[in-house]
Amino acid sequence: MKNIITKGITKVYNPDTIPVVALDGVDLEIEQGEFTAIVGPSGSGKTTLLNIIGGLDKPSHGSVTISGTEITKMRDNKLIEFRKEHIGFVFQAYNLIPVLTAEENVEFVMLLQNRPSAERDQRTTELLEAVGLGDKRNTRPAQLSGGQQQRVAVARALAPKPDFILADEPTANLDSKSTENLLDIMARLNHEEGITFVFSTHDQRVIDRAHRVITLVDGKIATDELQNPEK
Amino acid sequence: MTTIFKLAWRNVWRNRRRTFITMASIFFAVLLSAFMVAFQKGAWDRMIDNVVGYYFGYAQVHQEGYWKEQSIDKAFAIPAELQSTPQDIHHIRIVPRIESFALASHENYTTGVLVVGTDPVAEDSLTKLSTRVISGRYLLPGEEGALIAEGIAQNMKLGVNDTLVLISQGYHGVNAAGKYPIVGIVNFPSPDLNKRMVYLPLEVAQYFFGAENLVTTVALNLENKDAVPPAVKALRKALPSGEYEVMDWKQLMPDLMKAREADAAGAYLMLFVLYVIIAFGIYGTILMMTKEREYEFGVLISIGMKRLKLGATIWIEIILLGILGSIAGILGAIPLVYYFNTHPLDLSQMSEEATGIYEKWGFDPIFPTAFEPGVFWVQALVVFLITAVLAFYPLLKIIRLKPVEAMRA
Ligand SMILES: Nc1ncnc2c1ncn2[C@@H]1O[C@H](COP(=O)(O)OP(=O)(O)OP(=O)(O)O)[C@@H](O)[C@H]1O
Ligand SMILES: [Mg+2]
Repeated sequence: MKNIITKGITKVYNPDTIPVVALDGVDLEIEQGEFTAIVGPSGSGKTTLLNIIGGLDKPSHGSVTISGTEITKMRDNKLIEFRKEHIGFVFQAYNLIPVLTAEENVEFVMLLQNRPSAERDQRTTELLEAVGLGDKRNTRPAQLSGGQQQRVAVARALAPKPDFILADEPTANLDSKSTENLLDIMARLNHEEGITFVFSTHDQRVIDRAHRVITLVDGKIATDELQNPEK
Repeated sequence: MTTIFKLAWRNVWRNRRRTFITMASIFFAVLLSAFMVAFQKGAWDRMIDNVVGYYFGYAQVHQEGYWKEQSIDKAFAIPAELQSTPQDIHHIRIVPRIESFALASHENYTTGVLVVGTDPVAEDSLTKLSTRVISGRYLLPGEEGALIAEGIAQNMKLGVNDTLVLISQGYHGVNAAGKYPIVGIVNFPSPDLNKRMVYLPLEVAQYFFGAENLVTTVALNLENKDAVPPAVKALRKALPSGEYEVMDWKQLMPDLMKAREADAAGAYLMLFVLYVIIAFGIYGTILMMTKEREYEFGVLISIGMKRLKLGATIWIEIILLGILGSIAGILGAIPLVYYFNTHPLDLSQMSEEATGIYEKWGFDPIFPTAFEPGVFWVQALVVFLITAVLAFYPLLKIIRLKPVEAMRA
């Protein structure tokens, strides 16, 4: 079973000077196929939680287990390798490698994985079509709009067929039309291909589209509810 | 691998301003250091060529021990090997000489001079002595006549056709005395040579010193420095060991060599300072670049690029800059050095004080740069290596980079 299980995650920044408790005992289970929003006021620990789930950061206490592997015990190089295979990231902005075209950006992780060229080409085309950018494959990030860049970032995150896609405020820099467009694509990939998305957001319209909404307050899970998404 | 190169190459052209600044600092580094080295080397090469060309030749053969204690008593008959060996290798001609000190006098004037008995034709092909004649004419083989340096002529109020009286102690203590009409006067830039050189035809001098068929020195007429080591080696092998000394220009002029080394040490110190300045300049741009791109490095590590691979990409990026800058530096330095090779810096317009120093050493204050391939590629290589070492800085940063922190900024 593909899932993410966290047990008692606590994160304390600057433990030796002015300690900041960013997460305080988070127990969570995320199943394959979810479309989950993590919400909460600024500073509630959303970014910290996503970073720890994705293995970009280590918790001060507690464990993260992804599909049976406890990543909190992994060495750095192993962890980079693990991330490459199992987790796709979409950040708030500047996700893309500026000197590579849209197509090359999507292909990049597959190159790092040494996938054969035919497979890379096919998947890149497929993914760019899926995010509606089939005609922008040879365009560099600087020539793409913020929304288009985020769609390329989603396509890149999907390229290595990861089990989970973690996105930290992927729509924060987008206007409402681009936001809607990106959400449509994510929802369709989730619905049609069963891809798991976990994303943080402040935007009520984005929250409304989620199947599950986890609310953080002061580093603790305040509520965790299922909902029927609008639209 | 190709991904890494593609990324590196494109990154080189990504921020053209930064690329330009880095390349320009490498370019000027190569240009400056190559010019400095070419100038330093050129000045000394010329100095040595001058000293060698005026008198010594690039190599000499004497009887063992002569150079330490220069005495007419160490004169020797030229052995067959010394005739044939230089001839066999590259047709090197020899210039036999008999040299010793004598007292010269004319009317009331007396002065110490160096009498050089030499073959006028062979001598001229080695030291171009005939071109130094400023009045009268050059020596003819076997004639009873003398060629004297300008300084002697002035001091002793001698002119062409006047008679010079020479008195000395000859071979194994015989009395040597002779009267020679002056056929010509020669000028040397070196005041030292200018006040003591007296040339006689070889046979005339041998007779004067009572040393028929004997010589004290055999100079080799070698094309250039490169011809020296093989010739010296061949002669040392051919001549009976322990009887003769075969000396190259470095051994003949130890003082000059020491002065050159001291000057080279000073030049290397300056070069080192230049390298340090260059290194700081290049380091500055690398530092800036690393700082600016921390976020990007964070993203790349997050999506699964190994740190070493990322570090290698950046290293190659800087290496490419280094190669481009160094090549540009070489291309820029070649015309510059070539110009100053063909249009040497001429300091003879400067004050007496400044030029006097050079004349004392025996050469004109004219400084052509050394236009040799070594000057360019060695400097380009040094600057490139400095860049290559500094290029490890981003790698060290990347190895310790925490992606989360890098992306918080
Ligand atoms: N590297 C760090 N060093 C110190 N404190 C930090 C660090 N990163 C986060 N924090 C603190 O931890 C707490 C949680 O931060 P986090 O970024 O996870 O919140 P967030 O929910 O993502 O906020 P936002 O909605 O503004 O993005 C905050 O109080 C923040 O100031
Ligand atoms: Mg955040």
